[in-house]
Amino acid sequence: MKLELQGITKRFGSFTANDSIDLVVEPGEIHSLLGENGAGKSTLMNVLYGLYQPDGGRILLDGKPVSFSGPGDAMAAGIGMVHQHFMLVPVFTVAENVALGHEPTKGPMLDMATARAKVREISERFGFDINPDSVVEDLPVGAQQRVEIIKALSRRAEVLVLDEPTAVLTPQETDELMQIMKQLRDEGTSIVFITHKLREVRAVADRITVIRRGRIVGTADPSAEQSELANLMVGRSVALQFDKEEAPTGETAVSVRDLTVVDDAGLRTVDNVSFDVREGEILGIAGVQGNGQTELTEAIMGLQKNVWGSIRLGSTELVGRSTKQVLDAGVGFVPEDRTHDALISSFSVAENLVLDQHNRRPFGSALSLRLPRIRKHAQEQVEEFDIRTSGTDSPVGSLSGGNQQKVVMSRALSRDLSLFIAAQPTRGVDVGSIEFLHRRIIAARSEGTPVIIVSTELDEISQLSDRIAVMYRGRILGIVPGDESREVLGLMMAGYTAEAARAEVASGSTLANEELAAEGDIA
Amino acid sequence: MNSTAVSRAPITTGDSEVRLTEAKGRLPGWWKMPAALTFFALVSLLVFGIGGVRGQDSHFTIAHDSMFTSMGIPTEITVPSVPTAIVLSMVLLALAGFAWFMQATNRTWPRFAKPALQVGFGVLFAVAFLVWTVAAQSLNIEFLLKATLGLAVPLVFGALSGVLSERAGVINIAIEGQLLFGAFGAAVVGSMTGSPWIGMLAAPLVALVMGALLALFAVGYHVQQIIVGVVLNVLAVGLTSFFYGAVLKPQAERYNVPLRLPELRIPVLADIPLIGPMLFSQNILVYLMWVIVAVCTVALFRTRWGLRVRSVGEHPQAADTVGINVARTRWSNVLLGSAIAGLGGATLTVGTNVAFTQEISAGKGYIALAAMILGRYHPVGAAMAALFFAFATALQQNLGILSSSPLPAGVEKFTVPSEFLNMLPYIVTLLAVAGFVGRVRVPAADGKPYIK
Repeated sequence: MKLELQGITKRFGSFTANDSIDLVVEPGEIHSLLGENGAGKSTLMNVLYGLYQPDGGRILLDGKPVSFSGPGDAMAAGIGMVHQHFMLVPVFTVAENVALGHEPTKGPMLDMATARAKVREISERFGFDINPDSVVEDLPVGAQQRVEIIKALSRRAEVLVLDEPTAVLTPQETDELMQIMKQLRDEGTSIVFITHKLREVRAVADRITVIRRGRIVGTADPSAEQSELANLMVGRSVALQFDKEEAPTGETAVSVRDLTVVDDAGLRTVDNVSFDVREGEILGIAGVQGNGQTELTEAIMGLQKNVWGSIRLGSTELVGRSTKQVLDAGVGFVPEDRTHDALISSFSVAENLVLDQHNRRPFGSALSLRLPRIRKHAQEQVEEFDIRTSGTDSPVGSLSGGNQQKVVMSRALSRDLSLFIAAQPTRGVDVGSIEFLHRRIIAARSEGTPVIIVSTELDEISQLSDRIAVMYRGRILGIVPGDESREVLGLMMAGYTAEAARAEVASGSTLANEELAAEGDIA
Repeated sequence: MNSTAVSRAPITTGDSEVRLTEAKGRLPGWWKMPAALTFFALVSLLVFGIGGVRGQDSHFTIAHDSMFTSMGIPTEITVPSVPTAIVLSMVLLALAGFAWFMQATNRTWPRFAKPALQVGFGVLFAVAFLVWTVAAQSLNIEFLLKATLGLAVPLVFGALSGVLSERAGVINIAIEGQLLFGAFGAAVVGSMTGSPWIGMLAAPLVALVMGALLALFAVGYHVQQIIVGVVLNVLAVGLTSFFYGAVLKPQAERYNVPLRLPELRIPVLADIPLIGPMLFSQNILVYLMWVIVAVCTVALFRTRWGLRVRSVGEHPQAADTVGINVARTRWSNVLLGSAIAGLGGATLTVGTNVAFTQEISAGKGYIALAAMILGRYHPVGAAMAALFFAFATALQQNLGILSSSPLPAGVEKFTVPSEFLNMLPYIVTLLAVAGFVGRVRVPAADGKPYIK
């Protein structure tokens, strides 16, 4: 089915998310929509899927104009969507999730046998290996994504929209997904592939449309140079790599031994982990989301309940301390989810900048906050970190994601630190800010602070780290030098030990596209 | 996928089967349920057994004169108080020991085994309690059970109202108000028409007002649902009290006559000893209750409607993206729930030959809420929990009669203050929520307004 978007415009208040966008997706092509976070890709697709009503423009399917008042209409017209955050009911089985909304019935009752058969049929056709009776919450994310695809296909989707589908996958799962996409394309499905990862676009797309600030800024062939795409996407030339100066490493500053964290369901989210970080060293912690990285950082910060083992910072034992005591010991922390764990969105920029220090000098006295001092501090930090805000009194929620992240980083870095921990330091941040934030992290290291970086972005890890620890199912599978190859890291993220991964790469058979794996990627 | 294109890394094959390593193989809090059982078993042994009135018998009436008794089934049984309680306590301890064994070795319970063990334990504990408290006296078990069911009806209907609305993601604290409106509507319409039947049919319609207000604020205006519920309860008390004082009381013969739905006695079955009167000699509302519980269970778990309702309560956005109208589903479920609670309200007036009085619901809506939670948001579970709470109330009423009847000369015994039995539902619910009766899984989107 041929999909055409003509002059689609969508405004939110005074903000124009999509500015008269034209897009044509031919039958049986993989059309990649490339753009930074917040460029308006998801908004456009939500308009296509009937979740938003456009303020202007029209949608044509096979040349006929259509209008969707809701996702039900879009689905009926043959449009399927795999959302970035899966739209699956965790407690339902695969068959129930796939059937939901167009359930087969036998008289008044659900006909689950037919629903199961449908799942089995599609799963077998594409080699998905999905059991219709599995409960969705028990499946790994890669399998959940395949359930989403089955869901779309079971509704006879002829246009399939994949919104940032690789964000949650291991490199290997990403390769599998790309094979699936190619197979679907060959069977005649049109695919819209939304991403900000250049590497993936070049590996799988037939055509590329680049979106920036709600407008189409260009189209490109998959053969285009990576730097060319990056410049188009960001709007100026960007350094994909920058050199970090060597810094002398000092004494061991942080020493974690046999750390185990158990969650409420009794699972070991961190399982017997040991590592050291020296002064002036960045230890990168790599791994697919949900392999214990969050719990590890939270355990250090005193935010986890069931913690065994030892975390020594200099001569201080941190296990068993309250979060306040950990902060007082000089640990700076950037949590992975800034909106939930780092900022109070209705508080002002100035207030957010002293959240962790409001109760002590110079910002607080016994009875009250010292507002002039807090204001002055805010002005200094806004200046130093180039935080774009209409004023230090504006609510932090009104700032863009990148500027919010700068607030969080500057708060953590504004005092003398004995350890700096940053989880996903640049998630959802535009490319310009990423570069700035990375330089700040390296600056902190070069001053001699030990740094722990947790990131699911392999490129970020490779770029910043002096050493890399890979976490998989709560364990550290190995600590490798910062310049370890992508393939080895990718395999370790999928559960290989360092030695096994290196052996596998040496034998040269693992990855579908080695060229693809070897290349860098900017975001 | 053509297998040649990607060679899977060996460790990722069959990934879906592997979970994170479990610590020591046991869940935190695994000890809670066996510990609770052990506690109650020891209470039974020490208080009901060893602490019982020695040398006395407990008398129980279990049947009335009928063709069954003429066939040789005794109308009364008598057991020696202390030895019986001790034997029962030993069985309770054995059940607790079995629970320790299953939990400590982290074995998987067979389906329904855990609730069956808990229900069985509860029944035996209740029997041990009765044997102890009835020592040297006599109690009619048939009456007790029949009263239990009668008292359970408003609780079951109320709890079903909660189940229907919370399964769709709307917290329903307003059950109390829905019961009150139902009771009021049944009494007034019944009195005006002179027919308890028409009163009964009017009750769900009047209770719909409460449901509509709850849905309007909770679904339409995204107001904090607990607050709406509490406010509606206060509103219901205020409104019905006003009309009671202004209209019902001055013109009672016209607007507030005590009415009673006839008892529909099913021949032969109603004569079965012990359970006959309870199950087969009741009014229409009781029979209707069984039907509605069954229909709700099948509808929620076996039909398209139920799948959609549950998806809205678990993940409204997912439901929305497959074309299910979240707001409409929530509206209709809250309305349906409030209508069912209205029937429960009718039980309080036309169901029991009582005229409407101020605050006639007397907190039953909150006990229904507790029953819903203890019943894990399942119609059958909620009904079982409601029966249990009703049993505690029926027992309290019967023990009141017991304590005022004379004891044989020379016998002294301790009686349980009735207030403790009144507190029982709340204590049990707190234990349930704290994980002593197993995990209660709340619908994930319960109480969360859905804003696109």
